[in-house]
Amino acid sequence: MAAPAMNNRMIKWFDDRLPVFSFMHHQMHEYPTPRNLNYWWNFGSLAGVMLVIMIVTGIVLAMNYTPTADLAFGSVERIMRDVNYGWLLRYIHANGASMFFIVVYIHIFRGLFYGSYKSPREVLWWLGIVILLLMMATAFMGYVLPWGQMSFWGATVITNLFSAFPLVGDAIVTWLWGGFSVDNPTLNRFYSLHYLLPFVIVGVVVLHLWALHTHGSNNPKGIDTKGPQDSIPFHPYYTVKDLFGTAVFFIVYAAFIFFFPDYLGHADNYIPANPLVTPPHIVPEWYFLPFYAILRAFDFDIWFMPAKLLGVLAMFASILILFLLPWLDTSRVRSGTFRPIFKWFFVILIIDCVVLGYVGAKAPNDPLIASEETVAQENEAYNACVAKADEAGKVGEDECDKPFVVQYVHLGQLATLYYFFHFLLLLPILGRTERTLPLPTSILEPVTKHGAGAGK
Amino acid sequence: MATTGQTAGHAPHGDGETRRDFLYLATGAFGAVGVGLAAWPLIDSMNPAADTLALSSIVVDLSAIETGQRITVKWRGKPVFIDRRTEDQIKQAEVVNVASLRDPQTDGERVVKPEWLVLVGICTHLGCVPLGQKSTDPRGDWGGWFCPCHGSHYDTSGRIRKGPAPTNLVVPVYEFLDDSTVKIG
Repeated sequence: MAAPAMNNRMIKWFDDRLPVFSFMHHQMHEYPTPRNLNYWWNFGSLAGVMLVIMIVTGIVLAMNYTPTADLAFGSVERIMRDVNYGWLLRYIHANGASMFFIVVYIHIFRGLFYGSYKSPREVLWWLGIVILLLMMATAFMGYVLPWGQMSFWGATVITNLFSAFPLVGDAIVTWLWGGFSVDNPTLNRFYSLHYLLPFVIVGVVVLHLWALHTHGSNNPKGIDTKGPQDSIPFHPYYTVKDLFGTAVFFIVYAAFIFFFPDYLGHADNYIPANPLVTPPHIVPEWYFLPFYAILRAFDFDIWFMPAKLLGVLAMFASILILFLLPWLDTSRVRSGTFRPIFKWFFVILIIDCVVLGYVGAKAPNDPLIASEETVAQENEAYNACVAKADEAGKVGEDECDKPFVVQYVHLGQLATLYYFFHFLLLLPILGRTERTLPLPTSILEPVTKHGAGAGK
Repeated sequence: MATTGQTAGHAPHGDGETRRDFLYLATGAFGAVGVGLAAWPLIDSMNPAADTLALSSIVVDLSAIETGQRITVKWRGKPVFIDRRTEDQIKQAEVVNVASLRDPQTDGERVVKPEWLVLVGICTHLGCVPLGQKSTDPRGDWGGWFCPCHGSHYDTSGRIRKGPAPTNLVVPVYEFLDDSTVKIG
């Protein structure tokens, strides 16, 4: 670690005792970064920016929030109406959650396309998945805090997932709730954990950066840097590029905050929580919809496993499967740019995830194609048939042909099937069989054909 | 470690075990048990507290409920449905072929008095409150309750007939104190 030239004697004195200045110089100025990073590489630092925004606004909001079942809803309304700039802080925080997720999802798909999870960056990838899981827990518990109808019923539905586990399920749910239903004890502990987990995320982000700086960034070509001609210092080149991306991102973020602050939320959450009335249509926030669709795709039992347990296991598996991705993808070529078949399946995977999200927002048994009237008529005919058979002393459900209607859940099942097919079957096979395009010999080569001649 | 052990005069035995290894394992095991014991109060503090448990029974006056009427009361923070069933509803619940049910139970096993059906009003799928308490609510294809969240249908005995829910609506522990009073819990 070459010490930077320090002209200020105070700084030199301090650095001698705690070398923070040398450390920052090393990690920013000297840190060699591939020269060919494109704008998809902006989203890592954007996620960092979002984390800071969420923590800062969250701390200030906590000063005016009351985590008690009787007062929580009122205290959020007070923040919106009476607290100075309370509306702004809350909208920054609430929309910030959505922005954080979109940034992180793009960051993940960037990694999926350019093979950023491959050796030697497996641990870096794992830490990213841990961050995603922590974010999901934090976002879920944060959504409960305003104590509106969606808060309450979202919490009820999600905590009830754990009751699917045999034997211990009910005890776990009671333990999570601290009672026999989602109530004041649940709100209190969710608040406590919602405050804690972001700082845990900060800790894992530090490890994520440590792992990143150990082998350096991947790049759009997916080949290793071969020497100084392939890299440039992170600062100022990428700090300024990231700053530009951040400015563009803030335009989108601000548009939501100031013009569509409730677009990403649900109107039902402005109704105070009522344990006796379930809203007609419970949907999670958009960033959970694909997982919700996988959860609901299982409406059938397999052997001894009930549908509910299967759905829960599949939902958890859909994320945990990513931990194995570095070995499931057997291709030695990192970047999708040089994988002509993988490229198309990558597009299909994105479409698949969007379809899952779309299905997650719909009522599962609504007809997908047929009109409501046709379905109603067919059901009526079926019910009449069943009633007739029952009167004749037969089991109507065996006698009559049930009308088959293509429903959203069927599309969800298809999309779920593709999701697991993509990771468990396609990637292992494709990696062995695909004929990849020739890789450039160095990062510099494609940039300067007649340049310094590196790699020739 | 090994070097220190040897200079301290603890030459390893033939099978490579030393007193130091024993102490190391014993200390580790002791520590693990200690951490486990210390963690238990932290974990158990998240279980229902004494005052939450104390609210575990209620007494309901049934005299004002008319035949065919359903009311909802709150017990342990959950809705409890009390249904004074009509003759038709009782008959419908009794004639069902029990073997064809997902969670087979006769109507007789689910009530103390056939006229009164008492249920925890929580869908056994993912915990929503089924509709059907008001006469204007959708009551599903079997005239009982219908869960709007994921489309489970319950019959007039609160048994699951269609949809994703795995089991019948739960019947809470209850007893009749007299003809018009019931104690739930």
